[in-house]
Amino acid sequence: MFTVGQLVQPDTVEEAYRILTEKKDAAVLGGCAFLRMGSRAIGTAIDLSHLNLEGITEHADSFEIGAMTTFRMLETDSVLNTFFDGLLAEAVKPIIGVQFRHAVTVGATVFSKYGFSDLITALQALDTEVELAHGGRMALEAFLNRPYEKDVLTRLWIRKDGRRAAYQSFRNSASDFPILTTAVSLLAGQGRIVVGARPLKAAIAVQASQELGRMDLNSQRMDEIAALAAGEMTFGANMRGSAEYRRELCKVLVKRAVTEVAACK
Amino acid sequence: MQIEFTLNDQPTVWDVSPDEFLADTLRKHGFLSIRKGCNTSCCGLCTVWIDGKPTLSCTALSFRMQGKSVTTIEGVAEEAAEFARILVAEGAEQCGFCSPGFIMTVLALKHELAAPTEEEIVHYLTGNLCRCTGYMGQMRAVKTYLGVTQR
Repeated sequence: MFTVGQLVQPDTVEEAYRILTEKKDAAVLGGCAFLRMGSRAIGTAIDLSHLNLEGITEHADSFEIGAMTTFRMLETDSVLNTFFDGLLAEAVKPIIGVQFRHAVTVGATVFSKYGFSDLITALQALDTEVELAHGGRMALEAFLNRPYEKDVLTRLWIRKDGRRAAYQSFRNSASDFPILTTAVSLLAGQGRIVVGARPLKAAIAVQASQELGRMDLNSQRMDEIAALAAGEMTFGANMRGSAEYRRELCKVLVKRAVTEVAACK
Repeated sequence: MQIEFTLNDQPTVWDVSPDEFLADTLRKHGFLSIRKGCNTSCCGLCTVWIDGKPTLSCTALSFRMQGKSVTTIEGVAEEAAEFARILVAEGAEQCGFCSPGFIMTVLALKHELAAPTEEEIVHYLTGNLCRCTGYMGQMRAVKTYLGVTQR
């Protein structure tokens, strides 16, 4: 279990960032489900509860999702889930249980860049932007690919661009960590195929995504796109599955997700 | 640090440390219905309601309860007893260690979903592990309690 020396609850994002960067042993507290599994000695714990970062706000052209929004809020938000074919709800539903999803937060998951994350896989398919106190707004892919730097993730932004989307994951048993995750989206000839839990963090299958946007989709084309995705992604092994097994799973899950998206027209 | 919150409808003021979790705080104050089955945020045994929502008390930091309403099974004794009678009648109760957390989730399910399907029930209760019963008896009991059709 982690320990905390001093707790601070800043009233502004700027103050939170200042404390985080000034104190070497400071850390931001999210939902704490992962943090509590370790034994980190946190000198100054920064709690974001006073920053009004909990909840989902609909704007004319986008959704704003605060960093302290829980997975259960994503799952049950009646407005958000009328968009993107309910992709975000589908992505978080298989994660542990309702009580867990009431605890864990969007910001902590995205900032931690967890390889096993169902949510990051789905968010990438929606062309999500990340907002950081210091780093500003950037594409989620750009954030995932840059080296670790102390910062406070404040919000996610998702454009209401009308893209259709589908999610698929595979687990050894219900509520376990996924062996592989996939999310696929399609918007006006622009396809996006994301594969996560490889067990490396989620990434876009670039070539397969280009083909998805280009082609009239029939069953044979879907097989080819799925094989292309499986061929271009890097897979690794862990206790849940080998790289070879994940590559085979990738073909199946991508085809299922592409089939769903094609049917959503 | 001092927190002021509502515990089972009673205004409560407790001292907590910043790295203390709600399950430990509640047990320290005598709420022994709170069980820690896994301590890895997976088993659901420590479920309480925070502002009416079923949440893992082993994963919720105690200081964050400031201004919130926390409900343990002691706070819903009558409702819990009604479901417990059905659980026993269905032979779905064995060692009983997981029962408080399980019952808190079932009661939350009843408040949140009207006439759920079996799939919705399973989805809602997936986060509650039981190593004795095999879940079939529990499912019968839940359906009886919710008044939904047995299949």
